[in-house]
Amino acid sequence: MEETIISPDGTQEYFINMGPQHPSTHGVLRLVLTLDGEIIEKVEPHLGYIHRSIEKMCEKDNYRQIIHLTDRMDYLSAHMNNHAVSLAIENALEVEIPDRAKYIRVIMDELTRISSHTLWWGVMGMDLGAITSFLYGFRDHEYITEIFEETCGARLTMNYNVPGGVMFDIHPNFVKHVKDFIADFKTKLPEYDTLLSGNVIFLERTKGIGILTKEDAISFGVTGPAGRASGFSNDVRKKEPYGIYDQLDFKEILYTDGDTYSRYKARIDEMWESIKIIEQLIDNIPEGDFQAKTRKVIKLPKGEFYQKVETARGELGVYIVSDGKMNPYRMKFRSPGFSNLSALDRMARGGKIADLVAIMSTLDLVVPDIDR
Amino acid sequence: MSAIGNYFRSIFSGLKTLFQGMAVTGYYFRNARKEIITQQYPDNKDTLRMYDRFRGIVVMPHDENNLHACTGCSACEIACPNGSIEIIAPRVVDPETGKKKKVINQHIYHYSMCTLCNLCILSCPTEAIVMDQTFEHAVYDRSLLTQILNKPGSSLNPNVKE
Repeated sequence: MEETIISPDGTQEYFINMGPQHPSTHGVLRLVLTLDGEIIEKVEPHLGYIHRSIEKMCEKDNYRQIIHLTDRMDYLSAHMNNHAVSLAIENALEVEIPDRAKYIRVIMDELTRISSHTLWWGVMGMDLGAITSFLYGFRDHEYITEIFEETCGARLTMNYNVPGGVMFDIHPNFVKHVKDFIADFKTKLPEYDTLLSGNVIFLERTKGIGILTKEDAISFGVTGPAGRASGFSNDVRKKEPYGIYDQLDFKEILYTDGDTYSRYKARIDEMWESIKIIEQLIDNIPEGDFQAKTRKVIKLPKGEFYQKVETARGELGVYIVSDGKMNPYRMKFRSPGFSNLSALDRMARGGKIADLVAIMSTLDLVVPDIDR
Repeated sequence: MSAIGNYFRSIFSGLKTLFQGMAVTGYYFRNARKEIITQQYPDNKDTLRMYDRFRGIVVMPHDENNLHACTGCSACEIACPNGSIEIIAPRVVDPETGKKKKVINQHIYHYSMCTLCNLCILSCPTEAIVMDQTFEHAVYDRSLLTQILNKPGSSLNPNVKE
């Protein structure tokens, strides 16, 4: 037992458990808070409540089967997770993927990014007490899941990428529905700003809260929109382009304040960039195969392979150690959520519990991604 | 003086943003019929159709003569990442050719372990199993989730080439 520390003025710091069953942790994340009154002195995340040993499970599966497990890590960016593993396998096999598959993959990735950010926006509003935003966010999220359902056959865990391309060709209605969605979403996205971004209550709760400096962002490895809001330029799509991102015209969103509001704005702006990317691609999907021919039993050459992609939360790294057999010797995922969570303590210190909720919302934590 | 001015300005800008937000809600309140996006789910069961590619459950289609296309090759069993498919196919001597041949006895499917990843469907060389579009699969007993996909008395369609 630790000794209770009583400070000279007679106050006493105490501990409180936030989670594992707490609505604002968005899953089973347990935070042990050390408090002085309502001021947070320390945040200690405790993981392990939803650990499913996905990395270990990959060691018994063959390379085709691994991909469907990655859907279940960061379920809101399932396509990007699949894309990362597929790319790692393809790079190791030195397979050339058809252009059509590359285009489809990038469109799907960007649709996933929008759907993830719309859901995040709705949930963020709800965390801060605005129920309305949840309904609006889900409305647009549903539109995209319908598109996924039509082409991939599932709404959330799509498992659409296979080594060498994509599982099916796109549905005949896919192009039309995506165009309808983009046209519709362009009128809906300004509503987001009207409802929440300019709202004075929202501004009071986000501006100047949970500041993360650029140095801290780099040292903690905070990537994705959360890192870019601190001025840490880390977009994998720009730095190490994969797929066809090097041929596309889009901006990397950078803010310098590093507070909760910057992280919020970075995500809203990213949705506009994703719309721009989809508009460039949707009319130009080339004809041809959607899948390259691969052997039925995939065996990677001996060696180590690494591939990183930009998911909706940040940089996802896939590291495969192969000993030349059907299944990997070791599989390691560098998940964005885990690194982003590590900076939570630095951001929340000195703030109130209510600020912690706002900070956690803008980090956009998906607990199954943190705890694989 | 400016402090008081700022104070009132912040009140008015606060009210303004509140009303801007309310205006969005008000628009949908007034045009509620134009923008209906919810589905009346249990009531629209008769007209509700899932997409053709929707992955609901693995089934084995049988034709009117109770013939299926499963040769018992175990490709789906090998492709399945979760071990949710078990195939019992003993080797039986074919009376015509005298050769030993796999004949499907039971195609056991554990729905409780299935993640609906579609790999078994892709691996099937004879398209004997497909994904069904139904989605109401809740049962009261866990054992009901284990199904035998080939119907009793069914046999292999002779037109299917191995």
